[in-house]
This record gives sequence, C-alpha cells and structure tokens, in this order.
Amino acid sequence: MADNTQAAHGADAAHGAAAAGHAADAPGMPQLDFGTFPNQIFWLIVALVAIYFILSKVALPRIAGILADRQDTITNDIAAAEELKLKAKQAEAAYEKALADARSEATRIANDTKAAMQADLNEAIEKADAEISARAAESEKAIAEIRASALESVEAVAKDTTGALVAALGGQADEGRINAAVDARLKG
Amino acid sequence: MATESSEGGLVFHPMDQFIVSPLFGDGPVAWYTPTNVTLWLALTVAAIALLLVNSTRDARVVPGKAQSIAELAYGFVYKMVVDVTGKDGVKYFPYIMTLFMFIVVANFLGLLPMAFTTTSHIAVTAVLAVAVFLTVTILGFVLNGPSFLGMFWVSSAPLPLRPVLALIEVISYFVRPVSHSIRLAGNMMAGHAVIKVFAGFAAIAAISPLSVVAITAMYGLEVLVSFIQAYVFTILTCVYLRDALHPHH
Repeated sequence: MADNTQAAHGADAAHGAAAAGHAADAPGMPQLDFGTFPNQIFWLIVALVAIYFILSKVALPRIAGILADRQDTITNDIAAAEELKLKAKQAEAAYEKALADARSEATRIANDTKAAMQADLNEAIEKADAEISARAAESEKAIAEIRASALESVEAVAKDTTGALVAALGGQADEGRINAAVDARLKG
Repeated sequence: MATESSEGGLVFHPMDQFIVSPLFGDGPVAWYTPTNVTLWLALTVAAIALLLVNSTRDARVVPGKAQSIAELAYGFVYKMVVDVTGKDGVKYFPYIMTLFMFIVVANFLGLLPMAFTTTSHIAVTAVLAVAVFLTVTILGFVLNGPSFLGMFWVSSAPLPLRPVLALIEVISYFVRPVSHSIRLAGNMMAGHAVIKVFAGFAAIAAISPLSVVAITAMYGLEVLVSFIQAYVFTILTCVYLRDALHPHH
C-alpha cells in the first residue's frame, strides 16, 4: 500500500517528493499518519471555535428571533381571527334580532290593520243594519197605511154599495142604519 | 485515483484522497501549516455561515428556501436536545448545534468530487468525541458531585450483580469516546474509499458502465450516511449529556 502511494505520488507533480516521502512514512491509512495530527487538531479547534461564535453570537439568536416572531404573528393572527369571528357572530345576532323585530312589527301592523278593518266593517254593517231596519219600519208603516186606507175604502165602498142596493131594491135608504149595518157586518 | 500501470494491471489508490498535504509548497506538515484540512475546514465554516447567517439576513416571517433550511436545522437540533436531555439541556444547545452543523456540513462537503473529507479523519472525530466525553464527565461531577458515580451503580439490579454491572458500566463509559469517534470516521472513510475503488474499475472499458452505476448507487448511500452519521453523533452526544444532567435514570 505504501509503495502504491509512493508510486502515485511520484507521478503526481502536485505532491512533491517531500509529501510522497511523508506518505511513505505513514502506514497504509493516512488517518493513522500521526505526524499530521497536530495540524488537523489545531485547525479543527480553530474551525469549531469559529463555528461556535458564528452560531451563538449571530445565527442562533437570529433564528430564535425569527421563530419567536412567527409564533407571535401566528398567535396575533389567531386572536384577530377569533375577534373577527366574535364580531361576525355579534353581527349575525343583531341581524337576527332586527329580523325578529321586523317580523313582529309586521305582525303587529297586520293585526292592527285587520282590527281597524274589522272595526270599519262592523261599523258599516251596523250602519247598514240600522238603515235596513229604518227602511223596513218605513215600509211597514207605509204598508199599514195602505192597509188602513184599503180598509177604509172597503168600508166606504160597502156602504155605498149597500146604499145603492137598498135604493135599487126600492127601499128608502137611511144612511145611519146602513152604516150601522155595514159596520156590524165588517166586524163580524 | 486508479491508473493503469505499464504492466496493464489496475492500481488503486482509494486512500490517497485522505492524505493531508500542505496547500502551499511541499514542506513538512507542522501544526500551523495551512493544509487541505485547513481549506476544507474553512469551507465548512463558510458554508455554515452562508446557510445559517446569510440566509436569515432578511428574517422574513414567511421564510424563503434558504431560511427554511436554516430554521429546519435549528428546529431539528433544538427538538433533539429538548427531547433527549429535557428542558435543562437547552443551555447546551449552541454546543450541540455547533457539533451537528460542523459534522453534517463537513460530511456533505466531503461528497463533492475532489473534496477532502475532514470528518473521515480519526484525529478530527477523536477531538470531537473526547471533547464531548470530557465535557460530559466534568459537567457530571460539577452538577452532581460524587453522586455522579451512582450512574455506574445499578440500584435496580440484585445486589450480587451490582459490582459486575458497575464494572461493565465503567468500561462502557470509557469506550464511549472510542466508538463515538471511530463510528463517524469509519463510516465516512469506508464510503469514500469504496467509491474510489469503484472508480478505479472504470479504467476497464468493459466494466466502466457497471462501475458508473455502482458509484452512483454508493454516492446515494453516502448522502444518506452523511446525514445519518451526523444525526447519530449528535443524538449520542445528547444521550451522554443527559447522563451528566440526570445520572439517576
């Protein structure tokens, strides 16, 4: 293995004789070339310290800040959404209430109108009834008058006829007696 | 990485990709030499900064793609820490996040062609694992005092068994950093080496289509392994941390 390494290095101009000789000293694995350990350890510690300071001074606080900001934003947004939801609910309740009010108002107005119309109707009916009864009474009176006058006429006609009959039969018509006789008959 | 030698045989160099070499010149690798390790560690740092800092510059409430990834990574690790260690583990979250981001980004960068995989080196993963081990051990004693040792004394077991169990627990406790580091380095190294071996076969014309298919399949698997190993390393760190915070389970 060491021979191979050396051969490769002989061919490779980038690694000079010193490096090739160095590799040849090493066992098969460059990992076990203890001569390079101080170098590796020194630079590793430098790199680790650099990374540690980059992370702890800049990167980690910054990322933590970003994550905290995001958490805050999310929390705030959720709170805002919750608030908006509450507002929407309130608006809905107000709308429902307005609707119910309007509905009851409408019902009330309908009822009022119905009552008013009923009252008007009742009044009109009453008036009509009164008129009808007045007319009926009038008619009745007229009929009674007609009946009375008719009766009177019957009496007069009866008396006249009776007088004429009596005269025609050659009797001396006594008006008083004729009247009495007709009256008695009519009553009978 | 494989070359057909003059004899016509195949020569594989699956491990050459792991060689640590200086960026400038060919001098010896001293502890301060800028090497390919330095380059790829720097790229890892830059990628993490790009991903977690640059993408969150606008800090939008509704995130874009890059910001989503950054937030996802944050949430992923944060949830892991809270779920495993509990609320009191949150103050160690930056450390865990550092570990996770380093491993996952280094693993993925290592999957780029011609890349150097820093996490495939036992030196790197051992430092990470030993750091976790020392942190957990010291933290355990600082927070709990000597009662931290009660972790090894399984009081729910029958009395005669307890010393045996304690021995096993102590051994397993000290094996933790070993398995913790070798698991990560081993996975990363093996996958990359296998890809290179398949790539070596591509030099033979007859096999090259199969080789390409195999490389593609291995690459897909390696993408998965890169994330899973970062996840495993991190969640084990959380588990060990929980032992330090709450030794009496």
